[in-house]
Amino acid sequence: MGEMNIEFNVNGKQVRVSAEPNKTLLYVLRGNLGLTGTKDGCSSGDCGACVVMLDGRPVNSCMVLGPQVEGSSVVTIEGLASNGELHPLQRTFGETWAFQCGFCTPGMLVSCYALLELNDHPSREEILTAIAGNFCRCTGYQAVIKAVEQAAAELRAAKGGAGND
Amino acid sequence: MLRLPPIKLVAPTTVQAAAKAIATSDDNARLVAGGTDLWPNMKRRHQKADTVVSLMSIPDLDSIDSANANMRIGATATLANIIRDDKLRARFPAFAVAVASISSPPLRNMGTIGGNLCVDTRCTYYNQTEEWRRSIDYCLKEDGKICWVATKSPKCWAHTASDSAPILCALDAKVRLVSASARRELPLADMYVDDGIDYLAKQPDEILTEVLVPGSSDSDHCRSAFWKLRRRGSIDFSTLSVAAAVWTDDNDVVTRASMYLGAVGSAPMPVAEIDTVLVGNKMSEDGIAEIAHVAHKIARPMDNTDFAASWRGKMTVQYVTAVLREIAGLPQLRMRPRHRLKVV
Repeated sequence: MGEMNIEFNVNGKQVRVSAEPNKTLLYVLRGNLGLTGTKDGCSSGDCGACVVMLDGRPVNSCMVLGPQVEGSSVVTIEGLASNGELHPLQRTFGETWAFQCGFCTPGMLVSCYALLELNDHPSREEILTAIAGNFCRCTGYQAVIKAVEQAAAELRAAKGGAGND
Repeated sequence: MLRLPPIKLVAPTTVQAAAKAIATSDDNARLVAGGTDLWPNMKRRHQKADTVVSLMSIPDLDSIDSANANMRIGATATLANIIRDDKLRARFPAFAVAVASISSPPLRNMGTIGGNLCVDTRCTYYNQTEEWRRSIDYCLKEDGKICWVATKSPKCWAHTASDSAPILCALDAKVRLVSASARRELPLADMYVDDGIDYLAKQPDEILTEVLVPGSSDSDHCRSAFWKLRRRGSIDFSTLSVAAAVWTDDNDVVTRASMYLGAVGSAPMPVAEIDTVLVGNKMSEDGIAEIAHVAHKIARPMDNTDFAASWRGKMTVQYVTAVLREIAGLPQLRMRPRHRLKVV
């Protein structure tokens, strides 16, 4: 089967790659575009290490074929920081020790980022639901919840909203 | 690291074109929607396809008409969009709970209702990598001669893995199937066959295009509930699920009742006796206990998934009791199973 041309937006940049139809978005990101922040864990949609945002929603990139993202917009872990500044979530993950080995962190961060894009005042239950597709086998989830709550408060304060509460 | 084998990907933009593509493709053609079942199965090489016909480029096949008297859901509506639909959640709360319990949030953003209804049956001896299965010389469901769950069985015992199926069967849902030469509508319950290999009455060249749920099954007309047993609160498939719907008159006397068990057979298992036990009476502790006893006999948990089969059988009693107590508005028993399913 020949390669197909795929044009889509990654982290704000329009890219054009050529890939066979059996190559997943995960493969295209890591192999064709060198965006190796997104991790290949189970390759079967269970672990969440490969989560990226596709048209505003978190998805497992190991379960999406490259040609299916034609014309779409993708945000990976590399797209969270802007102008050399870490996203508040990335900073609070560090401050609260929300990762140890770090393998699940890119997927975990993108899931949390997707949540905060829609809801900057998430309840604990909403945070737990947002990361219910991300396995962490060493740190646990409590520090992640704390990091998301802290980042949400910072984002609200930056918007001039409710601030810390 | 698992890789997909080479495939030819076809993405028609109409149902008719998709039906024609699947009808005229080679024998190894398969349909795909969200791909969250097919891709891992193909990566592990227990499902094979030279050509894959994707339904995701067909406009409007993902629409949800929840405000219509009879609800209609297009086959490629994602599970996430189903639980985001406020009207649907209000009218069919147990269905929303069941859908919200499927796999994980990122997978629900891709997985579709049509895909979940057609999801492959599962088994400990089947859902493994190629190397693992080769080491046991495969199994009856694929390339082998022995069912490792019941070694003398001529039948495959893989279990149904859909969570939307039991509740939609209980709510009298129908499905619309379209092929290149015909179209038909059939009760969803009739789409399932109690066989781990040939588990669907749907033909390979038929496309499930729509799910239709009658208005007479909404929350104005009946009360329904869905409970599910699994080890973790997310991602895991059911090892047992119970879905029921009960219709009552103005005096709380039951006029109709329906119950299906998931993951304890190759098809959703109907508990037909619920009708004879409950109809004509108000729901009572005695009636619930009687149905739980009957359901325990109907459930056929095998050693083909997580948890000991005998324990899953015992838990059928607990889960049926919990579901019917929820429907009856009775307080749950102190030793009830842990149940954290809700739509967040």
